[in-house]
Amino acid sequence: MTAALQISDLTISLGGNAILSGVNATIDEGEFIGVFGPNGAGKTTLVRCIIGTLPPTRGSIEVLGLPPGKSARQIGYMPQGHAGFDSTALSARALVEAACYGDQWGIPWTSKKSKQEVDRVLEVTDASHYAERPFSVLSGGERQRVILAQALLGDPRILVLDEPLASLDPKNQALLIECVARVKRLTQTTVLFVAHDMNPLMHVMDRVLYLAGGHGALGKVDDVVTSASLSKLYGFEIEVVRLENRVFVVSAEGNVTESECFHHDHD
Amino acid sequence: MIDTLSTYLGYDFVRNALMAGSLAALLGAVVGYFVIIRNVAFAAHALSHIGFAGAAAAALLGLYPLQGMLLFTIGAGAFMGISGDKLNRSDMAIGMVLSLSLGLGALFLSFYRGYAGEAQAILFGDILGVSFGQVVEMAVLSVLCFAGLAFFARRLLFASVQPDLAEARGLSLAGLAVAFMVILAIAVSLASQVVGVLLTFALVIAPAGIALRLCRTFWSGMIVSILLGLVVVWAGILLACLTDRPPTFWITALFFVLYLAVEGYVRFFTRADR
Repeated sequence: MTAALQISDLTISLGGNAILSGVNATIDEGEFIGVFGPNGAGKTTLVRCIIGTLPPTRGSIEVLGLPPGKSARQIGYMPQGHAGFDSTALSARALVEAACYGDQWGIPWTSKKSKQEVDRVLEVTDASHYAERPFSVLSGGERQRVILAQALLGDPRILVLDEPLASLDPKNQALLIECVARVKRLTQTTVLFVAHDMNPLMHVMDRVLYLAGGHGALGKVDDVVTSASLSKLYGFEIEVVRLENRVFVVSAEGNVTESECFHHDHD
Repeated sequence: MIDTLSTYLGYDFVRNALMAGSLAALLGAVVGYFVIIRNVAFAAHALSHIGFAGAAAAALLGLYPLQGMLLFTIGAGAFMGISGDKLNRSDMAIGMVLSLSLGLGALFLSFYRGYAGEAQAILFGDILGVSFGQVVEMAVLSVLCFAGLAFFARRLLFASVQPDLAEARGLSLAGLAVAFMVILAIAVSLASQVVGVLLTFALVIAPAGIALRLCRTFWSGMIVSILLGLVVVWAGILLACLTDRPPTFWITALFFVLYLAVEGYVRFFTRADR
């Protein structure tokens, strides 16, 4: 079986700085992978490399056995941040329709087929009931589910989500995670879920990819998110504290690293 | 009043003005829709000022203003497309180029003997002076633009609404940006035939901007934008005939009134609904 994602000795330098160096990972089809790490650890850089908009400096990435970019149709991508369409009344549905079959040529008629596809993704993301309202008046959580719906168009085999939980309140975080978990259950899609805090994802992740110090560690939460393994990755002493099924990553000096602190969620 | 209007409609220059105005309004309304959702209104505005330098250079060389204008705006549009979003949304860079263009236009015109009249026509439009030959020229350019748009509108819409996802799905953002900016350059040049380079904003931005404030779907917005553009330009030209005041004034004034009405409506009457 081809791996969903095969990352070998991946090194990415931007402006002379090595962001990632020698990252290896093999991700199987249908896995739900949480991608974590402190700010600047290269999470978004890795995502851009996977979707094919940033070439690796050294090493290689294969997506479903193909080089990135060749597998574009198989990838659903939810970018970090998006336009607000603030001065327009364009509805959420109109924005999803615009992205439906958007890689085809011609005039953007809405065919019956594309209407069904738009209905389907809005249903999956639980956005149908507000899809006719203008995107500009929706709440942050409602908007994120519309952006997720766009990413789900065409039933991609790999779903790459770049910090979709940023600036959402816990209730909306849970709703979005539930949507993604449902999609994964229904379609066996491989999910790469980049996030700041791993606690809300504990019950849905199969494995974690932890990035720090330019390196990456892939494995079960219990194997990777340990004091010994993370200290090696960061290059200095890190303590992992467990509290009632929650995980906190703390540096030895006692400063909580920004990655896992629960009350840093809303920054 | 009806009599006066039918007398005017009998004149060739009025009929030419209506045809030229319709073409510019139609193309402006469609292209403007993409300008608004791509958030490049200021770049569009700057293109028309770059056109002023081109038109002035053409006057100096004895060419038609439209030819010089097309040459300059298409060149600048392609450059903006290649340079990408960073430049297109940099107010400083665009503002500097915009003012330099007006300065160059003034320089070229100072070499030219018919200074005042020509400058007035380029800056504020001379729709009632358009010849039938120019109408044909505008029609050919419009058809080319619409053919181009019909070819890649779906991709352009996707890339405008969600560029990151579009890029991940294999679309070339730079290629689409260049193609669009070239079409925008032509639309801006045609619009300045009607209202002049200073006021192309009225034809390329206003109809689509107003339509997008109201309409929730792509097609309803596009159709309202086109209707607004056409009706306002026709009304502006006819009012100009009746009052003997410039069409440019009437067109911009009508758009302003519409804009106020729509803003008021959106602010005070649609809140509960949202």
